[in-house]
Amino acid sequence: MAFKGIKSLLVGVLAGFLLLNSSAVKAQHGGETTTDTTKAHNVEEFNITETIMDHVKDSYGWHLWGHTSVSLPVILYTDKGLEVFSSSKLINEHHEAVAYAGKNTYKVNKESGKVQILNAHGTANHKAKLFDISITKNVATLLLSMLLVCVVFLSVARAYTKRGVTSAPKGLQSFLEPIILFVRDDIAKPNIGPKYTKYMPFLLSIFFFIWLNNLLGLIPFFPGGANLSGNIAFTMVLALIVFVVVNVNSNKAFWKHVFWMPGVPVPMKIFLAPIELLGVFIKPISLMIRLFANITAGHILVLALICLIFVFKAVAAAAVAVPFAAFIYCIELLVAFLQAFIFTMLTALYIGMATEEHHHEEAH
Amino acid sequence: MFLELNPLVKPDLGLVIWMTLTFFIVLFVLAKYAWKPILKAVKTREDNIENAISQAAKVQAEMAQLKNDNEALLTKAREERATMLKEAKDIKDKMITDAKDLAKAEANKIIVDAQAAINYQKMAALTDIKNQVGNLVIEVSEKVLRKELSNKAEQENFIKQLAGEVKLN
Repeated sequence: MAFKGIKSLLVGVLAGFLLLNSSAVKAQHGGETTTDTTKAHNVEEFNITETIMDHVKDSYGWHLWGHTSVSLPVILYTDKGLEVFSSSKLINEHHEAVAYAGKNTYKVNKESGKVQILNAHGTANHKAKLFDISITKNVATLLLSMLLVCVVFLSVARAYTKRGVTSAPKGLQSFLEPIILFVRDDIAKPNIGPKYTKYMPFLLSIFFFIWLNNLLGLIPFFPGGANLSGNIAFTMVLALIVFVVVNVNSNKAFWKHVFWMPGVPVPMKIFLAPIELLGVFIKPISLMIRLFANITAGHILVLALICLIFVFKAVAAAAVAVPFAAFIYCIELLVAFLQAFIFTMLTALYIGMATEEHHHEEAH
Repeated sequence: MFLELNPLVKPDLGLVIWMTLTFFIVLFVLAKYAWKPILKAVKTREDNIENAISQAAKVQAEMAQLKNDNEALLTKAREERATMLKEAKDIKDKMITDAKDLAKAEANKIIVDAQAAINYQKMAALTDIKNQVGNLVIEVSEKVLRKELSNKAEQENFIKQLAGEVKLN
């Protein structure tokens, strides 16, 4: 059944591989915790929610395989000042959370997965000031994607300056040029109009940044594996920037349409004003939620399908789970592009709406 | 609160800070060093292509115009050649006619001259003959006169006879 495409099989197997590793770790955890009991060889009940959340959520270390993970710096700002230490200090050799005693005592909360300050009794002190600006897995991915996107496009830009405009594009340049032109001709131009050039760098940056991070998220192992573009903080910052860009560039006509819609009766104007004003905020919020939900849902779906194997406790379940997961993976590849496209398209549309010149107001 | 329900929908302050920083770095670096040269190059290339196409159309139109001009020129040249040939023929004909006329006039003149000369010669000959006849008459008259001295009647007869002979001449 998986012979249809060796590639999709490979992708599915890789996804399964990642999960298998983590389950093995879990199984061992279970083994360790039950050592004291008589059922030493029995494994803990497989918790599908916990497994999936573990993969979708952020973490302080970057898990590679088995017990191997990359330690990342934990950076905390507390009452007692800045504190920087390795994430490996927060876990023991079995990947269990342990307390680390620095200027305060820190421990990762099992529920939220975040560092907390412990008080003298060993319980969480929620009142203590704690700014967590650690280089987590997501932040590391973010920095990696920043490097990647800069390297790729600077090399493409160099290709243009070196090879000139008279020769045909080659290699990476020829792959990316149609996409750049797509963003320009099919996203910016029709939605923004003649002033599109001003917004091109912004639109191209968000498009490629989102797309690259969507794709990095689809790689099931290092250097991917982080669900960055499916993280609400990531989409929130992008949506906030879009909100600022749209409203900074909005013109008088746009605000007139918001607060005093021309061409409709006065009661309707009064009725529409709060709705339109709400729309100003809902637009970026919808951008934030759409990207976050789509990417996270894709990840959860693939993981859930793979988890079927462990839920049924049968390798035979892979016969169904792996092709399905591979199929979803292919869709996710499409969604990765689609969501980047939709985000950019809607941004362009909002900019276009806010900057549109209303010459024919009387014609309404 | 709703945000407490699921850690997935709870934005992480650290990530927000890093994301804001990173995105602005990306935006700045790419806008300055990537998008600007790329978009400029693409625009330049598009302009070049557009120019090349319009140039080609222009050249094509020019070529068509040139061809038309050539054809017109050729037609004109052909017409000119025909006119020239015709003119040459006319000149030739005229020359021949003129020559013929001239020759005819010359010939006529020669004939007229010849006739005049002949007339003159004839008149001269007649005058000469007349003179000789006169002389002869005188001589005869002399002889007659010498002989007639003897016979008057015969003399008159003879004169009459002579006079009649002369008239007959």
